Amino acid sequence: MSNPPTDQSSQPAPLRVALFVTCLADLFRPSVAFASLKLLEQAGCVVDVPRQQTCCGQPAYNSGDYATSVPLAKQLIAQFEAADYVVAPSGSCVGMICHHYPQMLEGSWRERAERLAAKTFELTTFLHDIARLQRGDRPPVQLPTVTYHDSCAGLRELGIKQQPRALLRELCDTEVAELQQTEVCCGFGGTFCAKMPEISGKMVGDKLANAVATEARILAGGDLGCLLNIAGRASRAGVDIEVRHVAELLCGDLDDAAIGRPEPR
Amino acid sequence: MKQTSDSFLDNASAALADRGRAQRRDLLAAFTPLVRDAAMDNFGRFSELRDHVRQVRQHTLEHLDHYLAQFEREAMTNGSRVHFARDGDEMNSLVLDICQEHRAQRIAKGKSMVTEETGLNDYLKRAGLEVLETDLGEYIIQQAGETPSHIVGPALHKSAAEIRELFRRKHDLGDRELAEVVDMVGEARQVLREHFLKAEVGIIGANALVAEAGYSMLVTNEGNGDLCANLPRVLIVCTTLDRVLPRLEDATAMLRLLVRSATGQPQTCYTSFYSGPRREQDSDGPLETHFILLDNRRSDILASDYREMLQCIRCGACLNHCPIYASVGGHAYGWVYPGPMGSILTPLLTSLEQSAALPNACTSCGRCAEVCPAGIPLPDLLRDLRHEESERKLTPVRWRWGLKLHAWLARQPRLYHALTALGIGGLHLLGRRRGRFARLPLAAGWTSQRDFPAPSGKTFMQQYGALQRQAAAASRGKRSTRRPDPRRPGQHRKAGAGSRSGAHPGGPRGRKPRRRPERER
Repeated sequence: MSNPPTDQSSQPAPLRVALFVTCLADLFRPSVAFASLKLLEQAGCVVDVPRQQTCCGQPAYNSGDYATSVPLAKQLIAQFEAADYVVAPSGSCVGMICHHYPQMLEGSWRERAERLAAKTFELTTFLHDIARLQRGDRPPVQLPTVTYHDSCAGLRELGIKQQPRALLRELCDTEVAELQQTEVCCGFGGTFCAKMPEISGKMVGDKLANAVATEARILAGGDLGCLLNIAGRASRAGVDIEVRHVAELLCGDLDDAAIGRPEPR
Repeated sequence: MKQTSDSFLDNASAALADRGRAQRRDLLAAFTPLVRDAAMDNFGRFSELRDHVRQVRQHTLEHLDHYLAQFEREAMTNGSRVHFARDGDEMNSLVLDICQEHRAQRIAKGKSMVTEETGLNDYLKRAGLEVLETDLGEYIIQQAGETPSHIVGPALHKSAAEIRELFRRKHDLGDRELAEVVDMVGEARQVLREHFLKAEVGIIGANALVAEAGYSMLVTNEGNGDLCANLPRVLIVCTTLDRVLPRLEDATAMLRLLVRSATGQPQTCYTSFYSGPRREQDSDGPLETHFILLDNRRSDILASDYREMLQCIRCGACLNHCPIYASVGGHAYGWVYPGPMGSILTPLLTSLEQSAALPNACTSCGRCAEVCPAGIPLPDLLRDLRHEESERKLTPVRWRWGLKLHAWLARQPRLYHALTALGIGGLHLLGRRRGRFARLPLAAGWTSQRDFPAPSGKTFMQQYGALQRQAAAASRGKRSTRRPDPRRPGQHRKAGAGSRSGAHPGGPRGRKPRRRPERER
């Protein structure tokens, strides 16, 4: 895995990756999963999509219903542990697998969780640090100005900060226009946004105002929960900023309407 | 102190509606993390020292009986008296007894969250004593009849204009304008000086108790703690038993993180160790020193899974970095301790029933744990409290069952994929023209603040399944050796049309659905 792809004839064996699509991408934004597939293949990986996958169990776990989340954790471990690598386009789902599964399980299941955690990566981390995706001789993806929302779980549990920015630089020739208070939560917080809507609304309002102040055309991020939250607030407030997952930007897949926007006719 | 934690959401709503206060909170939320972060960057050894402080705190808590006994012994050797109070009432009556023994009428009081917890001021006032808060922030809120909104800066919620107006009402100002902040500080100082000189008893808190020395330690920026401690005849230190540290150097190690975490200063203007009553050769100091160590359920916390909360050094960094605290302010939490540490302490020190909303006032963003100088896993403890709520059925029924239903469905992949395909297909059809929903049944919380983005098409699993089947059919038909790539850009959007069988089990490689593993235990 330390070998970057080269042009030599003796290619290193391709990395075999199982894609954990995440339930939000599956349901609300399939283009994120397709973009992830495409990027992983561009990075020379052989990608499998386990068809029985559903949800990592975060909603119940974060709500404190541990007993309900444990079987989902075990289900995901069993579905994915045979893979060499597991990759998901979400910091919070990967944080769940890497940090919380080993905490919530015991005995041999904890060992299996730890083994899975060691080979599970968030998409931009995997592309940048492991698969070393480079532009090669493809022309850069042309993007309007982009600002970036660092999602909390990815940022603090997994240390994702430079990876998406480096990939945007390398593949899209794009420097992120940083927003003020970029490391402050957008107010999504899973069930928090529905349990405490007013506070959540204040937080996402601040996030949106900071994004607008950058004058960027696109707000990108690595977690659909946050992006659905911010996009929903933007459309409610009539703010004209496109909200997209970074995977869509990296593969130049901007034909789909942005999150929360009507389909082009 | 009257607790209103059970109406956290209403309190928060009122706080958000107060535009002036909200703007002030926004400024503080931008400013206070900056000064802390700059101080830590400058210091350069945050995580190293944090590990050390955490270990010291954990070690002390593991051997708390030993260090408390040592503290008591050493303090008594210094001539101090040590009292243990089981609960707030016991602490309050101990204080009153001491005051009455000395026929005290006037109390000069330093800042102490512990005495907020026990409601000491009201208790002493009811007994006819005059209690004056001498920390500027505490003085201001005492005059205003309010409670602290922050454990370090109790009056941070008040603007200079509000304080000027308060002093106009409460003080005999004559024609003085108090135009500048420095004038207001001078005004308060004048009032407080008089009181310091007249008070018979001084009451202060403690940032730490040092077992090996029998001393207490206090940091202030105003020096009021030292005046409370040294001018009156009697000093009472009101604190809790979890403040104890083994050695003086443990206290100084903690100080390096405490002050930077709290105010961004390398150290406070005053750092004092109180060693006991005046000795023969001393020219000043109290004639009597009492240490009152409050338990108030802390030994229960020690014996519980929340023990790490006792590592807290009360710096306030978690408040300053919490976006929820920043949004609603300290008063919304409805009791003494706000923010992340308060959302854990309040249920533990009062009851989970009274404060069930607080552990939910968290997005698990982790910023508090990132800056906590005592290494407390605050989001984990908050989630554990939510776990307890769930177990004790304090969570609303629709949430509990909603989550269980979702998880049950997610454990039946075929059914899950079939039902989500149906539901998402419907939502997509309904929402595609506008791309969003302004209102949606069962999502009122979400849609009260933002639109609900419509799903952008069929589920991924539906589309991907259809592509895989097409690819398999194509390769069979052409007997081609080349494996077609079903994921060529642009192709996926048309795929899956007319297919409703995204839940078709097994992939192109003939994967069998795995059985759910047996539970181990």
